[in-house]
Amino acid sequence: MRHDMYMAGFGGQGVLLAGTLLSHAAMIEDRNVSFMPSYGVEKRGGAAMCTVVISDGDVGSPVIGNPSVGVLLNQTAFDKYCPRIRSGGICIVNASLVDISTCPRKDIEFVSIPMNAIAMDLGDSRMVNMVAVGAYAARTGAVSLAALAEALKDTLPERNHKYIPDNVKALEAGAEQIRRN
Amino acid sequence: MAKRLLVRGNEAICRGAIEAGCRFYFGYPITPQNDIPEYMSREMPKLNGVFIQAESEIASVNMVMGAAATGARAMTSSSSPGISLKMEAISYMAGMELPCLIVNISRSGPGLGGIDASQGDYFQAVKGGGHGGYHIIVLAPASIQEMYDLAMLAFDLAEIYRTPVMILGDSVVGQMKEPLVPHPRPHRELPAKDWALRGKGDGEQRFIKSLYLGDGELEAHNWKLDAKYREMKARETRWEDFQTSDADLIVTGFGSAARIAKTAVMMAREEGLKVGLLRPVTLFPFPSAAFAERTARCKKVLDVELNTGQMVEDVRLSVARDAEVYFYGRPSGTGSLPTPEEILGQIKKYY
Repeated sequence: MRHDMYMAGFGGQGVLLAGTLLSHAAMIEDRNVSFMPSYGVEKRGGAAMCTVVISDGDVGSPVIGNPSVGVLLNQTAFDKYCPRIRSGGICIVNASLVDISTCPRKDIEFVSIPMNAIAMDLGDSRMVNMVAVGAYAARTGAVSLAALAEALKDTLPERNHKYIPDNVKALEAGAEQIRRN
Repeated sequence: MAKRLLVRGNEAICRGAIEAGCRFYFGYPITPQNDIPEYMSREMPKLNGVFIQAESEIASVNMVMGAAATGARAMTSSSSPGISLKMEAISYMAGMELPCLIVNISRSGPGLGGIDASQGDYFQAVKGGGHGGYHIIVLAPASIQEMYDLAMLAFDLAEIYRTPVMILGDSVVGQMKEPLVPHPRPHRELPAKDWALRGKGDGEQRFIKSLYLGDGELEAHNWKLDAKYREMKARETRWEDFQTSDADLIVTGFGSAARIAKTAVMMAREEGLKVGLLRPVTLFPFPSAAFAERTARCKKVLDVELNTGQMVEDVRLSVARDAEVYFYGRPSGTGSLPTPEEILGQIKKYY
């Protein structure tokens, strides 16, 4: 099984951390993985994007033209990357910041989740990325929630391990949105 | 199996170099290779190693020359414009026969160009970027594991052939993260460093130089270097072969382009097209025989590069006389990295 995905938003939304977390979770499950950050002149507030490929076999290209899933956290990312999602694919959007009403695509599935609102309810808007990854994992089955929770230890520096329980809650809140749909 | 680590390519080179016993790093910052000096500045002091951020690229590569002259394992890293600055010293070290590692995590050019992945430095790397008609060994990793393994191999090859060795990568293999399985450096018999400078004491006097003025001296030196290049060509070519045995079309390319092309090859196979991938790992010495052998049967080769056509010249020189070589290139810049889908289109065009 092979899962390829884009995750994009603005710098500071934790897109690259979320991609790294997915990669660690894939490794915990003994899968192969590549994590490719878009490496431009990005900075905080600018665009942030990464491509993650998870595979039981050879990962192959870390660069994907048309991913099967896009997790898009703001309007700019949506406008840029939604058109590139493969026909039949899935677009998971942060409904708090993205308006999909003008998008003409009928050949992909939209999953709208108010990620900012959920993160705020949990007490910290910075956990948007965790809500997003939780939703992605629940919708696609690319990795398990248990592996994601465990992977937080590998992903976060030791000094931030005290935030792991809160992050696990955010992952679960994202997954819960999928279960409810 | 050792625990797999999720490691960035630039860091994998550092880990490989340190495992290979490199304890001298000299460099000057430039994107997209800054993770290398960052890692080395943190780790070298813990190992009683030396990390110096020099005042310039030129100073740093000359520090490598000094350290290498004493027989120490030393390295520098930079990106394309910085590598151009280092070329004078690289020519000197080729003449002086000094082993060392030079890492080029190349960026787009010419000039300052941009920071995107590029393979525009192939000619510079393999045809002798400096003056005087020399070669250095050039290794082109396509995965994080290879960044690590080839960094170790580079130091051994450098000592076996007494030559600078270059790792040629770009921001794709430099910045992406993949699982890495660290392992001890494989044991290899290495020649004694009876040339290395040390305090003379009661020993013989030793010289390391690239200036030869005596009658016939320099010609003899150049023939000696040439013999070494021939030996490298005979013994050190390396490549990856992926499903070429029954292929009707062979895709080739190096480093990141080959990595992207591999997925295109897999997609073509899923559609029933007999397509394979031949990826040179050593760019110098170029694996000419691998191309000659395969094109005795398969007559179509598609070369994919992140430039307007450089390695393709070596491919054309290597294939069987009646083989067709097609080229698909994207000179680098923001948004110009080809996708597997795009390369699949090229495969279908020529298949």
